Amino acid sequence: MANLKDHMGRPVVAVTGIGVVTSLGVGKTDNWAALTSGKSGIHPITRFPVDHLNTRISGMVDFLPSSSKGASHLTYELAETAAQEAVSEAGLDSGDFGGPLFLASPPVELDWADRFSLYNSDKQDGGSERLLRVARALKELDIFETTQFGSIADRLADRFGTRGLPITLSTACASGATAIQLGVEAIRRGECDKALSIGADGSATAEALIRFSLLSALSTHNDIPEKASKPFSKDRDGFVLAEGSGALVLESLEAALARGATILGIMRGCGEKADDFHRTRSKPDASPAIAAVRAVLADAGMSEDEIEYVNAHGTSTPENDKMEHLSLSTVFGERIGSMPVSSNKSMIGHTLSAAGAVEAAFSLMTMRESVIPPTINYDNPDPAIVLDVVPNKKRNAEVGTVLSNSFGFGGQNTCLVMAREPV
Amino acid sequence: MSSHDVVITGIGLVSSLGEGPDAHWQKLTQPGFQPVLDAERFAPYTIHPLPEIDWNLQIAKRGDQRQMETWQRLGTYAAGLALDDAGIKGNDELCTTMDMVVAAGGGERDEAVDAAILAASETRNDRDVLLNEKLTTELRPTLFLAQLSNLLAGNISIVHKVTGSSRTFMGEEGAGVSAVETAAARIRSGQSTHVLVGGAFQTEHSDMLLGYELAGYLHRGPWKPVWQRQGSEGGGVVTGSGGAFLVLEQREHAKSRGRRIYAELGSIVSGRARRRLGELDAEIAALLKQAQLPAGELLTISGASGAHAATAAEKAALDANPALAVRGFSTLTGHMKEAQFPFAVALAAMAIDRKAGYPVFDATAEKPFDGAPKTVLATAIGYHQFEGMGLIKAA
Repeated sequence: MANLKDHMGRPVVAVTGIGVVTSLGVGKTDNWAALTSGKSGIHPITRFPVDHLNTRISGMVDFLPSSSKGASHLTYELAETAAQEAVSEAGLDSGDFGGPLFLASPPVELDWADRFSLYNSDKQDGGSERLLRVARALKELDIFETTQFGSIADRLADRFGTRGLPITLSTACASGATAIQLGVEAIRRGECDKALSIGADGSATAEALIRFSLLSALSTHNDIPEKASKPFSKDRDGFVLAEGSGALVLESLEAALARGATILGIMRGCGEKADDFHRTRSKPDASPAIAAVRAVLADAGMSEDEIEYVNAHGTSTPENDKMEHLSLSTVFGERIGSMPVSSNKSMIGHTLSAAGAVEAAFSLMTMRESVIPPTINYDNPDPAIVLDVVPNKKRNAEVGTVLSNSFGFGGQNTCLVMAREPV
Repeated sequence: MSSHDVVITGIGLVSSLGEGPDAHWQKLTQPGFQPVLDAERFAPYTIHPLPEIDWNLQIAKRGDQRQMETWQRLGTYAAGLALDDAGIKGNDELCTTMDMVVAAGGGERDEAVDAAILAASETRNDRDVLLNEKLTTELRPTLFLAQLSNLLAGNISIVHKVTGSSRTFMGEEGAGVSAVETAAARIRSGQSTHVLVGGAFQTEHSDMLLGYELAGYLHRGPWKPVWQRQGSEGGGVVTGSGGAFLVLEQREHAKSRGRRIYAELGSIVSGRARRRLGELDAEIAALLKQAQLPAGELLTISGASGAHAATAAEKAALDANPALAVRGFSTLTGHMKEAQFPFAVALAAMAIDRKAGYPVFDATAEKPFDGAPKTVLATAIGYHQFEGMGLIKAA
């Protein structure tokens, strides 16, 4: 009989449903097949013209009905699709979920397509005065809702019948992990016995691409798109902007067992630490990332030796991969050289607000399927980063525990530890 | 009373009225105080502008100030005031173990670049190419970060060294409610000993007005108090720039370091009415019931925005309880979106601490309150979605 309380007397939190969408496809089956065969979802950008752009590739999700309808609509559809898969798998009523919703999603702004169409709908005055005047005459709320930070969660709450005031959050590239953490914490505090945590990001617009480009954060290896994302390689030159979504149904183990649900994995711990060094760079000694990893181990009540695999943040930027290696080698010592550490981003790119949730979904599948997805494009190892990155080919291995890292711009670092089985 | 009770030990406020609890108390308790308004700059909209602020007082490095647009600076500044007020600022041990939940909007775009692109769009059909051309050459590279939602929290970490944890909630007034609610739940469960929570809103930017006006929510024409805008031109909301941060602390933690306690934070309740289905009235009534109001006269600090439907629903629900003496503070500060609920909680805590209520802000719609409040209700009914309220009690 599994323990229903953890080492701190809190309810153990189980995962009973998983959903995922990335540039590799919709759903776990397609994603897992592609991911374990080392297939890349990175491709040339076709959603908008690439004139004047230094980066002309991405991992956009181009195959959904909302893919061309703007960031807000696509983010909603990504979230809904992943959540539907997760809630169905959990065997729960997808119109009456009955627990809180935690949504990690990108900050919203009025899309340029709407800005242009509002502005060009007449010729009186100009600038923002014209926009405001035209705006207040609108009869429909469609455009308005794309500019409200709470609207996507509001629609999802309607769609899935979640309970209470939904929380929309952003901790930059750690957002997806934070959404899961908030769900875990709500269950541990006894506020609910289940929660729906979603990370979704459909915001790869031209402006988003340009903004990251201006910060020199993106890979410019345009010629062979599937080769552009190469975490831990010597010639890595930035991340590849991507879209996707991941959703987990979290339940107290007690409630899940009581209703006879299949336990897909256990959320053992969550840990975080903010960096105060710089807006885009992390502290050179990696102390905040180290503290986040140590915090998650403490929260999980586990020692370093009990982690069997690391699902890395592994963005393929020079800075992140160096810092992540430093933090892992500090915490795990010599053992890090022989411990599998792979980056899903080598195939799907960086799904930003969704990344932590997408990668938690893949971490859970890694344990369930006993297959570690590879880090592809590992042709020129960085000699300063000695890791077993599971190079280029999947590996069959029994994995009982996973550490998943998420380190964000703005210094928000969140780590999750998941286990295959309850203790 | 329990050692894990949540108490308020720091308040950081900025609005058109000034900065800090003292300045706000002084002005808000002056009977007949007239709001600070600017009806010219964004005509036909009236706003409550920021007061003059010496940013150096809370953000010492010019380099840091330059990395933020006004909204982030304002929030970082208000957060600094709260940390100072709680005696936490500059205390490394307390800052590195302090958790943080920020309610954020964002999106202070470069208005000049946008205006130039829009103007050029009148004569070009290849608008997507135009966008690439202009944005790649004219955007300031660091502007992205200077207006990004989670970077208010990021800047608070950088400037004030608050690094225990950092979360940013988004979603207008509801984000402010959830931020306070989550922070309090963390303290009650023993997860946190002290949490910085709050938000800021900087309305003096056309996109911030556009965010309301795409649904016609802004009041036009001559200014009126928040309860008197029904039937006037426009949608009823008059916005204001401001910020409110609170230091919430476990009672035992506050006592052990000998801090002054403004008030105790009682239960926070929140909800999401499906307003299209007409659920708002019932939702507000349900929240009032859930909040378990004490018997007797109750000072109520309302965050009502002025938005016609939401404000009418809130007013009807509050008026239905004759014990409530309501103060709609948006009359004097304007609507501060994400900061609205933390601001309401701050005003409630100040009334408890000073053992006095506020005079009416609008004599035609509000009734007097005499005596020392032991409990105060704070509300934030979203102008478009999400609802919350909470009780603030004598510590």
